[in-house]
Amino acid sequence: MKDKFSKFIKSIGSINKLSIIIWGSLGVITIIGIYLLLDPTLSAFKNQIPNETVVAIPKEDDYNKIENGIHVRTGFIDAPGLMETVNNCTNCHSSKLVTQNRMNKERWVATIRWMQETQNLWDLGKNEDVIVNYLVTNYPPLETGRRENLANIAWYMLEE
Amino acid sequence: MERRKFIGRTALIAFASALGSEIVFGKYLPVGYTPLGLQNPDPFKLFHKDSGMVLLNDKPWNMEAQAHLLDDKITPNKYIFIRNNGLVPENIAIANWTLTIDGESVTQKKTYTLAQLKSKFKQHTYQLTLECGGNGRAEYNPPAKGNQWTIGAIYCAEWTGVRLRDVLEDAGIKNDAVYIGYHAADKHLSRDPEKEPISRGAPMAKALQDETLLAFTMNGADIPLVHGYPLRLVAGGWPASVSGKWVERISIRNKVHDGAKMTGSAYRVPCNPVGPGEKVSEKDMCIIESMPVKSLITYPKTGAMISEGKKINIRGHAWAGELEVLKMEYSIDFGSTWKVCSIEKPVNRLAWQHFSAQVDFPKKGYYEVWSRATDSQGTAQPMLIPGWNPKGYLNNACQRIAIKVS
Repeated sequence: MKDKFSKFIKSIGSINKLSIIIWGSLGVITIIGIYLLLDPTLSAFKNQIPNETVVAIPKEDDYNKIENGIHVRTGFIDAPGLMETVNNCTNCHSSKLVTQNRMNKERWVATIRWMQETQNLWDLGKNEDVIVNYLVTNYPPLETGRRENLANIAWYMLEE
Repeated sequence: MERRKFIGRTALIAFASALGSEIVFGKYLPVGYTPLGLQNPDPFKLFHKDSGMVLLNDKPWNMEAQAHLLDDKITPNKYIFIRNNGLVPENIAIANWTLTIDGESVTQKKTYTLAQLKSKFKQHTYQLTLECGGNGRAEYNPPAKGNQWTIGAIYCAEWTGVRLRDVLEDAGIKNDAVYIGYHAADKHLSRDPEKEPISRGAPMAKALQDETLLAFTMNGADIPLVHGYPLRLVAGGWPASVSGKWVERISIRNKVHDGAKMTGSAYRVPCNPVGPGEKVSEKDMCIIESMPVKSLITYPKTGAMISEGKKINIRGHAWAGELEVLKMEYSIDFGSTWKVCSIEKPVNRLAWQHFSAQVDFPKKGYYEVWSRATDSQGTAQPMLIPGWNPKGYLNNACQRIAIKVS
């Protein structure tokens, strides 16, 4: 009797195990099935970077990033009047046309007048003083004499 | 489940603010597409330029060579400087391209297609030296406004086309003709369609020279877009701005042409010499015609180190605007003594000439090799920066390279 009973208990145990495996497997299959219904391309398991080229959209603060005292996008020196200069002086021409030049106040103003008279530059209003001040402070003329020493020579061995 | 297919609102606002205008239908812009107006192409790739060229300006495009890049006798496109005043024309339809000859002093206004120009008139080929009027501007003191060219806004290419004279004569030149002025397809930086970025020209005498061409090809191929495809006026020996790119119309004027960059202080120097920084009124500014005598050491590249006792064979080019270079010299002692270089005759008038010399250094140390050309009227290059002028034109000071002997 005891043996029969323990055998019975044992067989119930193995049926239980079997049914757990069966139901468990069914459950997994169902979950996979439901997932496949919702996401047939299995996109959730794929690399999240889509195939197309991604354009880096600069955030507003990155767009006007300053590094080592330089406004990265334009190359302008970061100083009072920077954004007024960026916003008014880089619409038509490159900032490079400004940063490679050095003038005193009179000549920066004359350049602005020339652009207003002939190149469709608008009236700068109260920004004019701010911009001229920025330019004279950061891009003043340097005394270079009548002929400068050669500079930035990249020395190399000449083999002939 | 598809990830976002179209561009987000934030991105659109960023694009729109960068472009300065709203992007109509912007919500249909696919992700990954950058609007054309925002594309910032690599100018070296775009214009097939060598990576050793120096970009001075990206709006408008301006780029110059370095002395050692100009070593070829005929400058290849990759080393040719770019000087633009406006925006390079887009979508050139060559089949519809026409050249019109008009103006107060034309007998009969005439229009030619490119095919007509090519078939109706005899074609000629010349090597022509083109130098920017502002080449060397960077060295003026007080500094002059504009692109700060050093020494690389010069080249000599081989141009093929018809003579401007033949075309002007076909339309007919009235007796009162004074000047020609070109009109071209480039756009003003402000995109104002009423404005021309540049419209210069030359007196009739220059326009009627044998070597003044309406060119179709440069160095045996179509003119590169940035250098004036499909039709360029080429007037060697004068400021390169006389050689109008993308030419669509040439006016025969009964007065000095008054187009953009002909008036005011553009391409003009004081009629009489002035002191550095002096104010000059517009009526005292005269139009630049022939460029001055000048030379360039193109080999070796500056910075060469050699061992004691070794000689260097230097070489380069010399040119003199409308004139010819008759004498070429070099100095290794800052002008205390000059030695003669050998110099070739020009291939044709207005082509640059090639010089060479073997240079010997007496002892170890730092040297500068200076080159000096003298033209057929006896005028030589100055060692100092020449007379100051408000716009920094015509710097023909001697060029030099650094050498170390150890």
